[in-house]
Amino acid sequence: MAQDQGPIRKGRTITDGAAGLITRVEELAYELKIDEVMTRDVKVVSPDTKMSELLELLRQARISGAPVVLHGRLVGIVSIEDLIRSLRAGDVESPVSKYMTPRVLTVHGSDPVIEALKVFTQTRVGRLPVLDQADNLIGIITKGDITRGVLRALQYDYQEEEVRRYRASHLFEDIVSDRTSLILRYNIKPRDFAHGGAASSNIKRALLRLGASPQIARRCGIAVYEAEMNLIIHTTNGGIIRVEIEPHLITMEAIDDGPGIADIELAMTPGYSTATEEIRELGFGAGMGLKNIERCVDKMLLESTPGKGTRLEMGIYLHPSALSKDANLSPKEGA
Amino acid sequence: MTLEDLVQLLHGNVLTEESDLSKEVKGGCGADLMSDVLASIQPEAVLLTGLCGPQVVRTAQMADVAAIVIVRGKKPPQETIALAQQEGIPLISTRYGMFEACGRLYAAGLPSLETTVTG
Repeated sequence: MAQDQGPIRKGRTITDGAAGLITRVEELAYELKIDEVMTRDVKVVSPDTKMSELLELLRQARISGAPVVLHGRLVGIVSIEDLIRSLRAGDVESPVSKYMTPRVLTVHGSDPVIEALKVFTQTRVGRLPVLDQADNLIGIITKGDITRGVLRALQYDYQEEEVRRYRASHLFEDIVSDRTSLILRYNIKPRDFAHGGAASSNIKRALLRLGASPQIARRCGIAVYEAEMNLIIHTTNGGIIRVEIEPHLITMEAIDDGPGIADIELAMTPGYSTATEEIRELGFGAGMGLKNIERCVDKMLLESTPGKGTRLEMGIYLHPSALSKDANLSPKEGA
Repeated sequence: MTLEDLVQLLHGNVLTEESDLSKEVKGGCGADLMSDVLASIQPEAVLLTGLCGPQVVRTAQMADVAAIVIVRGKKPPQETIALAQQEGIPLISTRYGMFEACGRLYAAGLPSLETTVTG
C-alpha cells in the first residue's frame, strides 16, 4: 500500500479531502479483517481432479485458479497458467497434483487486510487461500476483493457522517416550535488542567456538525475555551458552561459560585491578571483572556459579585441580518 | 510549504503517528502565551511553541492550527502526544530554538500568520 502511494503523493498536490481519504484507506487496510472482504464460496479441486475437469470448472465459474484440497486440508493451488502448461503438453488427462503449486502462501481470516496486501506486493501471486485458526480453508482473497471491501467501507463511513450531519443540520428545520433551541451543558472542575479545553472541543465539534461555518465555530471555540480556562484557573468550586444554540444566535455562558471579581473594569484591562506563576507556566494567566473573548463575540456581558460568583455571557450571531432585529441578548428564562 | 518540507527544514521529529505530511501550511506563528496564540493566529498556520502541555493541543484545535512544532528539543509528555493524535494535529519536535526555528521557516518563504493584537 505504502509503495503504491509514494508516487501519487509526490507527483501532485492533494486536496485536504483527498488526503483525508487516503489516510482513511490506510486505516482501513489495518482495520478491515481479511475474512470481511474475502470470497467465501470457494471452488476447490482435489489432487486427483483431472486438468480437463479443472478447465471446465474455471470456464463455468469464471475464475482463474482454485485451491487444491485433500481431506479438508489445503495441499496446493492451481491456476490458469498451470492449465495452459498442461494444454501445451497435450496432457489434460493428468491429475491436478502434477501441475499445481504445492507450497502455498496463505493468510489467516483474522489478519488485517494489510497482511494480504504485503504478500501481493512482495510476491507475484494473484490470489491467497484464507485459513482459519485451525488451518481449515475458509475463503480466498484477491486484490479485487480488497478494492471492493475498502470501497464498501469508505462508502459506509461517508454515509454515516453524511447522515449525522444531515440530521444535525436539519434539526432546526425539522422541529416546529415558536422558539427552538438546543442546550449543551458542561461541568468544569477547578484546577482540572488535564481536561482543560475538553468541553470547548466538544462544543466546537457540535457546532460544526450542526452546520455552523468554520469561522463561526472558531470564534465560539476560542471564546468558550478562554472562559473554560478561567473557570479552571480562578474558581473555588469550578463552574458550568451552558451553550444555547438557536437558528440565529449562539449564546454561551460560564457560571460559577466564587470567588467573584472585585473590579470588572480592572479584570478587563489587557495584561491584568491574578493568576499564579504555575498557571503562567502553562501559557495562561497573561491577562488576555477576557479581551480575547470580547474580540471573538458579538455580545459580551460580565456580571460578578465578590463572594457570590461570576456569570459571563457571550453571544455570537449566525446571520449578520440578525444583528438589527435582536440588538440585545434576550433575558434568560431560568436555566 | 508542506509539512514534509517543514520537517526537513527544522530537522524535525514527527511525534504523532500516521500524520499526513503532504498537508500544506499557509504560514507560521511563534508564541508561548496561549492567549496570544488565540488572539493573533490565523487559520491553517503552524504553531511554534516552547510549551509542551496538552493545552497546546487544545489551543491549536480551537484556533484551527495545521501543526504544532515544539522548539528547543523539548520532549512533550505522553498525554500531549496522545491528545494531538486523537485530534489529528501533527506534533513535531525540533532541536532548534524558537528564534532559529522561526528564522529558518521564514527564510524558506513561509509567511507570518500572526496578526497584531491591539488593546
